[in-house]
Order: sequence, then structure tokens, then C-alpha cells
Amino acid sequence: MNFINSDKIRKDFPILQRQVNGKPLIYFDNGATSQKPQQVIDVINRYYQHENSNIHRGIHTLSQEATNAYEKARTTVLQFINAKHNHEVIFTSGTTGSINLVASSFGKKHIHAGDEIIISTMEHHSNIVPWQMLCEEKKAILKVIPINDKGELLIDEFKKLLSPKTKLVAVTHVSNTLGTINPVKEIIKLAKTAGAFVLIDGAQAVPHTKVNVQELDCDFYAFSAHKMFGPTGVGILYGKEAILNELPPYQGGGDMIKTVTFEKTTYNELPHKFEAGTPNIVGGLGLAAAIDYMNNIGIANIEAYEHELLSYATEKIKKIEGVRIIGEAANKASVLSFLVDGTHPSDIGMIIDKLGIAIRTGHHCTEPLMNRFDIPGTARASFAFYNTKEEIDTFILALERALKMLL
Amino acid sequence: MNSIKETQQEIVEEFALFDEWMDKYEHIIELGKDLPLIDKNYKTDENLIKGCQSKVWLHAELKASKIIFTADSDAIITKGIVGLVIRVFSNHTPQEIIDADLFFIDQIGLQEHLSPTRSNGLLSMLKQIRMYAIAFSTKADA
Repeated sequence: MNFINSDKIRKDFPILQRQVNGKPLIYFDNGATSQKPQQVIDVINRYYQHENSNIHRGIHTLSQEATNAYEKARTTVLQFINAKHNHEVIFTSGTTGSINLVASSFGKKHIHAGDEIIISTMEHHSNIVPWQMLCEEKKAILKVIPINDKGELLIDEFKKLLSPKTKLVAVTHVSNTLGTINPVKEIIKLAKTAGAFVLIDGAQAVPHTKVNVQELDCDFYAFSAHKMFGPTGVGILYGKEAILNELPPYQGGGDMIKTVTFEKTTYNELPHKFEAGTPNIVGGLGLAAAIDYMNNIGIANIEAYEHELLSYATEKIKKIEGVRIIGEAANKASVLSFLVDGTHPSDIGMIIDKLGIAIRTGHHCTEPLMNRFDIPGTARASFAFYNTKEEIDTFILALERALKMLL
Repeated sequence: MNSIKETQQEIVEEFALFDEWMDKYEHIIELGKDLPLIDKNYKTDENLIKGCQSKVWLHAELKASKIIFTADSDAIITKGIVGLVIRVFSNHTPQEIIDADLFFIDQIGLQEHLSPTRSNGLLSMLKQIRMYAIAFSTKADA
């Protein structure tokens, strides 16, 4: 049963009405960033036109209103991921900012020489490099969970990597390149049994599926607003209260302090301890508006509809000779990565761009994963709930036309 | 032997025949398919210019005071454009290359391929060509 009315939904996204290279835009690069509905754009405009003021520090009405709106946005996020406390929801600059915060503060407190951090083969560079930097600094060891040819994590191999030395497991919920939905609940449970902390990179998961951090029992969960129909430059780090309380602050500045003297500064309480400086206030409000928008459509509806789009596109693309799908996990989000024998993905991307279709080509910031498959990169179409089967039909025709030129 | 400027004008005239983007790309793809651009022995990591999207290999040698460039790419459209660049710059003296004004890419409407966001190695290749010219010119002086 399909509850998505894409005609109605598409009208909410002004950018979907535009043309690119003389053709109606078909936007299949949602894995990179999603488009924004008018409802989110309106919140951003209204803020700067009527509400702009600094938060947490003003005596005047505007500042009070802005503070209330920002803290209400925090509560919206809490409900979205089912966190226990408002102060477990930290506003950051995005997933990368969230992961770097943990690498820095958690690293200072918990990582020592000889400790081990486990990541997976399918991580985005932003869930690899901060841990590499930390390991280098602390003389800790980075271990990597391998995957099978379908692009699924080898859980038995993961079990073998776990030991009393394992301090942290940092894995992605959904792979941006393969679309694989990882069994994070099982991973978290195994890691906990070994006494390790767990961070989940949720950047690609939150736009598609309901996340419940208490049920998952993860220690940290990171995601970005811009991949879930909100603005760029803002994201969330969820962390368990007890763990966050123990960690040293990340950046120093305004808002994160209780008292400052030249001799000694005492730090503010959660969440402000981790939110130095004037935050991206409008970003926080935009994120809350995006969550409201998604809730209105219904996340279960979004998930079901996107799954339908993925199945439809997969079936169609498989009929084209020489197509090889990269990422065939049993449990997949709406990401379709592929290669065509005898062609380079960037050639395909360039040609179909001229036909108004936006896909991503390249290594998708997952170079180690590309090396695992021994490929230079892939072409990737990633779908959102405003995409349609008709657009997939046009994409397939465009792909066939490109291949005729290239082969 | 055409000057660098003349070769560029020749390419601009060739591309003036195409109104449609697709025709332009088809022509570039044909150029890319036709060209055996580089000796296998030169397709080394040392000669590799790595872009985010595609790879370009560039080899240069000085013969009778002129630089001979050979190049290749793993992506066919990039390879076609690389072929055009080679056609313009190869077989000229270092000084001619240093003094040259590159205009054909703009005029045939391919400037987007030089944007850093494309990261296809073309921009780095053009820089590398200039570096070779400067290096060879100091060698010639010495």
C-alpha cells in the first residue's frame, strides 16, 4: 500500500520545478544532499526576517524567543530519535563535526596506547580519518570489519576482532555507497558484551528509516540535517548522558562555560558544554522543520515508498547489458551504485547531466571500499520520497543513450 | 607546423559545427576512442595525475628543443579533451608553451571540465604542462 502522493509532495520542493540543461531536473543525488521543502525554507526566511537574535544570553524579548525556539528544536530532535533527555542532543555542524567531537573528547578520556578502535570497510572517510588521527596520536590500533561481495559486514569476523582491548566500535548505519543497512542493533550488543563503547554514523539512515537510540542502546549517534531535507551546516550528536558528562569539552568559547577567571574556568552543563560559541541557530530551527515535514508524511511511508523505487530501478537497470550493481545486500536503503562494462562512471555522469539528470560518480568518499571491490568508483543514483517511477524510466532511457555513445 | 594559437582556432572551428551538446560529446568520445595517446611504459604512477573522478597520465620529453607530450585517461570524455590539449601543446618549444594563451576550452564550451569540482585531473594536467615547459626552459638555458 502506497501512502505517498508524489504529485503533491513535489510541489513542496521549489527546486524540483526547475530545468537543467534545458530538461526538467531529475535529482538522484540525494545521498550527497537532499532538496529542501518550502516549509523548511519558510522557517529559515522567517527567522532572519522576524526572529533573529542571539540565544542563551539576552535579557530582551527577541533573544528569549530565539532561545525558546532553539530549545524547542532540540526537543523535536529528541522525539525524532527517542533520546531520553534534551541535554543528550548536542547541536553540531554536521555528522563530520559530531564524529570529530567524539574522537577528540572521548579520545582524550578513554583512548590510550595499545587500545583498539574498530570501524568497517564501508565507512565514509569522515568515519575513518578522525579515528586514524586519534590512533596516531595515542598509539592506538585501528581494526577494520571486512565485508562480503554483496557488501554486507561479516559479523563473525567482527566477533573475532572484539577483545578486552576494544574501546570503541564506530560503524555506519547505512552505507552511502552500497546502500547496505547494517545490523547495528546486533553490532551494538556484541560490542557492549566486549565492554566497548559504540558510535553509529547515521547520516544516511535518518532520511530513510526510524531511529530509536534507546532501543539501539548506542552510546553515540551522529547525523546531518542536510541529508534529511534540512539546511547544510548543522547536525546532531546524540550521546548518553552519563558518558557525555564524563567527557572533557571539545572546543572552548562562549556558552560552554560556567565561570571564567584567568586562573580557572569551570564548564557549563550538558548540552552547552559541547556547544561553544554562537551556534547555527537557524540551522537548528530548519532541522526541526524538516523533522516536522518528515513526520507529516510518515517515516514508515517514506521507507516503504523508497524501497519500492529502489526495487523498480534495480529491476530495470539489471536488464541493461553489462551492468554490474555494486552493493547487493539483502537489506538495502534507496541507493543504487553501478558500473557498466567498458565505461567509466564519470563519462556516464557527464552525459546524463546534459539530459538533466543529477547522479553522483566517483569514490563517494569511500576509497578503501572502492579498493575492496577493486574499482575506481561507481555511478550512484540515490532516491528520495519526492522521486518517481517516471523519473526512473527517463533515467534508464538516458543511461541507454549514454551507453550507445560510449560503447 | 601550426602555432599554438592556430591549432586552437582550428579546434574552435571544428566544434562550431555542433549545435547540440550530445553531438559535441559524441565528437569528443570519438577523439578519445581513436587516440593511442601514451606508451604503456609511461603509464606509471609517476606520470599519474589523480583526480577525484578520473585519472590522467601525462608524459613529457624534449626532442630537438621541442616538448613532446603524450597522455591518457581512464575516462573517455576526459581522454578526448586530453587529446585536444595534447594536439595544441605538443611539439612546441618550452617558451612557446609558457607564452601561450589557452582559449579553446572556453570557446568550445568545455570550461566546466576545468572547474575544480569536476576534479577530473584536467586542471592539474594543464598546470603540469606549464611546469614541464618551465622546467625544460631552464634546462635549455643551462
